[in-house]
Amino acid sequence: MEDDDRPAGTERPVAEVTERPVAEVTELPRPANAPLTGAVTDPADGGAPSTGRALVPVPDPEPGIDEPPSPRTGDVDEWGRSEHMRAIARRLYDPVYRKWFRAEWEGLEKIPSDGGALLVANHAAAIPSDAPVIMHGIETELHRPVYGLADNFFREVPVVGTLWSRLGGLPAHPDNAYRLLHDQKQLVLVFPEGTKGPAKLYGERYQLRRFGRGGFVEIAMRAGVPVIPIAVVGAEESMPTVVRVPHLASLIGVPYLPITANMLAMGPLGVVGYFPAKFKLRVLDPVHFDVPASQERYSKSRVMEESEAIRDRIQTALYDMLRHRRSVWFG
Amino acid sequence: MLVTGLGTFWGGRVAQALEQDPQVEVIVGLDTTEPTVELERTEYVRVDANYSILARIVRAAQIDTIIHTFLVVDPTQMSRRAMHEVNVIGTMNLFAAASAPASTVRNVIVKSSTMVYGCAPEDPVWFREDTPRSRTARSGVERSLEAVESYVRDFAEDNPHVNVALLRFSNVIGAEIETPLSRALELPVVPSLLGFDPRFQFVHEVDVIRSMLFVLDRNLPGVFNVAGDGLLPWSEVVRICGKRTVALPPWGTQFLTVPMAQLRLVDLPDEYLQLLRYGRGVDNSRLKDLGFRYEFTSASAVEAFIEAVRLRSTIGEGAGVYRYERDVEQFFRHSPAVVRD
Repeated sequence: MEDDDRPAGTERPVAEVTERPVAEVTELPRPANAPLTGAVTDPADGGAPSTGRALVPVPDPEPGIDEPPSPRTGDVDEWGRSEHMRAIARRLYDPVYRKWFRAEWEGLEKIPSDGGALLVANHAAAIPSDAPVIMHGIETELHRPVYGLADNFFREVPVVGTLWSRLGGLPAHPDNAYRLLHDQKQLVLVFPEGTKGPAKLYGERYQLRRFGRGGFVEIAMRAGVPVIPIAVVGAEESMPTVVRVPHLASLIGVPYLPITANMLAMGPLGVVGYFPAKFKLRVLDPVHFDVPASQERYSKSRVMEESEAIRDRIQTALYDMLRHRRSVWFG
Repeated sequence: MLVTGLGTFWGGRVAQALEQDPQVEVIVGLDTTEPTVELERTEYVRVDANYSILARIVRAAQIDTIIHTFLVVDPTQMSRRAMHEVNVIGTMNLFAAASAPASTVRNVIVKSSTMVYGCAPEDPVWFREDTPRSRTARSGVERSLEAVESYVRDFAEDNPHVNVALLRFSNVIGAEIETPLSRALELPVVPSLLGFDPRFQFVHEVDVIRSMLFVLDRNLPGVFNVAGDGLLPWSEVVRICGKRTVALPPWGTQFLTVPMAQLRLVDLPDEYLQLLRYGRGVDNSRLKDLGFRYEFTSASAVEAFIEAVRLRSTIGEGAGVYRYERDVEQFFRHSPAVVRD
């Protein structure tokens, strides 16, 4: 009779399984080599369901059902970021941040302590030193993770790609950004100049490159989050590029290949060794776009206009900061 | 109902599940090889790899539902040419039969793979059903799956009265199925690529069957990703299995994997090497939003798999391996001596 008239809401065995914590699911009372149908169709269900709708015992979505347990078993999240690795990196990087670059923030309170926001900054130094400084600064001061969007070139390099991913970097794909900002309300850092920023020569320092095609504005509009511009002074001098070797770069398959002043001064150590330039970071007022979120497309002219406006504000802030900077090394 | 690929892992399991439903009057199973699972009332028809007699069967049995499970997604199973024959030509004939005038077909379910998304460094972490792949397909499987999917789309467009569902399954793992990944995980040390630790997504074989029946039951049209929740770094997958990894050089890996395949250790074709480099995640929310509940997450699917492996290593392959005997099956199905309800 149990088979005959099953009330709609009755939990079937499968429903129980799905609601158990992950750890218990593996201890299903089912021999591993039992026929699959045993698990697919419960005998009680498959026998003679008079309703005829129970071809597969999938529970109907019930309102108020608990969120399923987190599918994570380890420390690495869906983006590849590992809080454990981040903690180690923070401990190792802290002396660099405090003693070497002596990073100093201005207007950090403009970054919200919750909710998604797209951080946008100028990009510099042959091996960009600004990304770790910004990420480290926000994580230690605001205690919330920052995900950095970058060129997917990183992903192709063994070890570096994995480390980069564990430390919170991910390929700059619009889908990734949307999910992080809109669905998960995280902080995302992006450098709209892309590789054009770090590839520029020392003589062009603090001259912002083109801000891509304004994709970052479109992402923020779609995700319904503000853009928070950050002006960074110091990165340019930490590893200035003297000349570029484009032919060798295309031969190796890297976006750019610089000869830096650090290499000339320090030899092989200069490949990774930064000069102790004083870092100053100024957070500018958040830019809100009053457009509906989650749309397929946004007006290209509006996007380019906003993108250009943000670029101008960062450029103006940089000039202002440089006017007040007395020394490259002491600020 | 018509199930293609009855002799394959999926075809047999789906037919078994369908037999439990009294509303399904007739189940016809097609394959080139005999069924490997015990079936009560499914009618097995031996066909050639590209289903040239399909139109006659569809007409004769008044088929209204086709479940197309016979798509080869494991490139180690057969040559590229044979795979093209099965996947592309087979699907083409299948749809030709289904779209013939006066065809009675109203539901089509096609089992595809998330391999159609490819695997490249510029990929998003999560592929949605409508996310295009980043690079053009080069490998045989991926190209044949692309061709198959384009036939599916054309068919759906030309036959708006037919419910067409295309299910893309992530890496399937579980108690019984054998794939290049499951074979790799059964090795004493598991291969990985030096300096890479990509994230993998798995779907348990039980959820694969359940999702097909779910879609069938509710007549859901469209494309659906089917994959367990969560992405696991390969190192963590290996750790769940209680194994260690051995790092292969990230460049020139073929020089190692080709001899390994010839020694029958493990066959890791290019698609899988690429997967060991960049991994792949697909967004499974579309099917979940329609009410489907997964029994297994990526992690618990791997756990279920390794538990089955441990059990197998203790008690052996299992005593009763089913063998199809035509005369016996004919007797049970058609002899007047058998008492039926």
